[in-house]
Amino acid sequence: MLFGTIKGMLSVQNVDKSFGGIRAVAGCSLKVDDGAIIGLIGPNGAGKTTLFKIISGFEKPDNGAIRFEGENVAATSSFELAKRGLIRTFQLSKALTKLTVEENMMLAPQFQHGERIWNIWLRAKEVKRQEEENRAKAISLLELFDLLPLKDEYAGALSGGQKKLLEMARAIMADPKMLLLDEPFSGVNPTLAKKLLGHIQDLRENKGMSFLIIEHDMPMIMQLCDYIYVLSKGKVIASGAPDEVRADERVLDAYLGGV
Amino acid sequence: MGHLIKIYLYNTMIDYIITVLLIAAIYAIFALGLNLEWGFTGLINFGHVAFLAIGAYTTVLLNLSGVPIPLSVIASMCLAGLCGGLLGIPTLKLRADYLAIVTIGFAEIIRFALLNEGWLTRGAMGLYGYSRPCEELIEYLHLDYNTFFFLVVLLILVLCYLILEKLIKSPWGRVLKSIREDEEVPTSLGKNVFRYKIQVLVLGSMIAGLAGSLLAFYLQYINPWNFVPLVTFYAWIAVVLGGSGNNKGTVLGAFILWTFFSVTRFAQGYAPLSPTQMGALRIMIIGLLLIILMMFKPEGLLGKKEELTLES
Repeated sequence: MLFGTIKGMLSVQNVDKSFGGIRAVAGCSLKVDDGAIIGLIGPNGAGKTTLFKIISGFEKPDNGAIRFEGENVAATSSFELAKRGLIRTFQLSKALTKLTVEENMMLAPQFQHGERIWNIWLRAKEVKRQEEENRAKAISLLELFDLLPLKDEYAGALSGGQKKLLEMARAIMADPKMLLLDEPFSGVNPTLAKKLLGHIQDLRENKGMSFLIIEHDMPMIMQLCDYIYVLSKGKVIASGAPDEVRADERVLDAYLGGV
Repeated sequence: MGHLIKIYLYNTMIDYIITVLLIAAIYAIFALGLNLEWGFTGLINFGHVAFLAIGAYTTVLLNLSGVPIPLSVIASMCLAGLCGGLLGIPTLKLRADYLAIVTIGFAEIIRFALLNEGWLTRGAMGLYGYSRPCEELIEYLHLDYNTFFFLVVLLILVLCYLILEKLIKSPWGRVLKSIREDEEVPTSLGKNVFRYKIQVLVLGSMIAGLAGSLLAFYLQYINPWNFVPLVTFYAWIAVVLGGSGNNKGTVLGAFILWTFFSVTRFAQGYAPLSPTQMGALRIMIIGLLLIILMMFKPEGLLGKKEELTLES
């Protein structure tokens, strides 16, 4: 635990990433402590999603280091990172529309015995037991996300907001140590958003999960996060507790277009 | 006398039907391999026939050099699976279309190798004179070999179907379906997509190899012309006709296709067309039927509309 607090859950050090002539991320650094809820805000095109992709291994940084639980993971493949407990969601929600809602959920758990061909016959009992456990867990999560009545529907039949919810529920189903949420509340109605906010805090309290959240809904992010980084043109231009960030001139500039 | 002729005709008819069903069953096994790759995982394999050829030639060559039949069939499946895996390593990390290009090339390389490496395959002359499973026993019992072999193939088809259904309904199969739709999702959930794709290609190729062994036993004479690119597309027709991602549909598709082929062969006698023209006409009619099917029921006969892989 001592080392945990010293090392932190995640640290990003001087990360660069260019696409052609555009420097999407330019010397970005940030840190997420164990069990922290950190916000990442900034105008469109600030490099937030690119940074997410780099952290989760979907893009390789040109320069810089990413440390997850103290280990440099800049070269680690994305599925390995997910296996270690770093799970991301996508900005444009990626519910698997040709699978049912329940199947979407059942896909998520790590280390399923039935994902190995031989186990399907050799360890049939364990596979079945694990499936039942996972199904029970999926059902309770779906209930929490107001999706339970839709569990046997194809995810393609869901509304935009519901797909977003399903994706978040699926990510939580994977039991991550750290969750990267890309605009989790966009398209979600305020009542449910408030409920999810409570649930995120719950996951932190009870499971020690850490969060890094991109969100444009300012009241929401101010209420939820311990600490906020403001990104503009690929750089961190300000960071601090919600109150500090709210009062920062540079943040107002970046968001209001330098008025 | 008239009575005897009737019995004779009746028996020939039964023989013919069994033969048609036998071929259909072999191609159904072949198509099930493709359905695992395309229907469930979304891998575009345009060279499936290569593994049929590898299966057939390996079986026959081993058989001719005295290896027992069960061993030679197992070796054929293993070699076909190995080739599938080796082909997947450089291509499966790339976009889906590259696999299509590489497999179609691979199938032609295999066919030309079989045609030109005469020291091994006797080239265009083909191979014959190999034994078939339980041949002496069936002769001793005075049973009809085709009927016996049809039952064997049917049994293997049922086994393949049951194994594939079990696989598809398992957590493993769930990962395949997620890869088919969007491989970033399983990746983001910690699944090694590349490993699954390799497994699928190996398994699909092994099934094709098995179909190749059976085809060789049925034909009793194989040559490289049995394995032209068109054969791959027979499997595609069966899969698309029955419904991609549906094993029952694939089997149904294969049986419909071969029934159609044999019925049109009968029609040859009554049509004022040369055999070449008739052959071309058959393919045209199949093409037309597929176009009509795609317009009105794009998910295939037994496929689910909600699981249609290609967006309309």
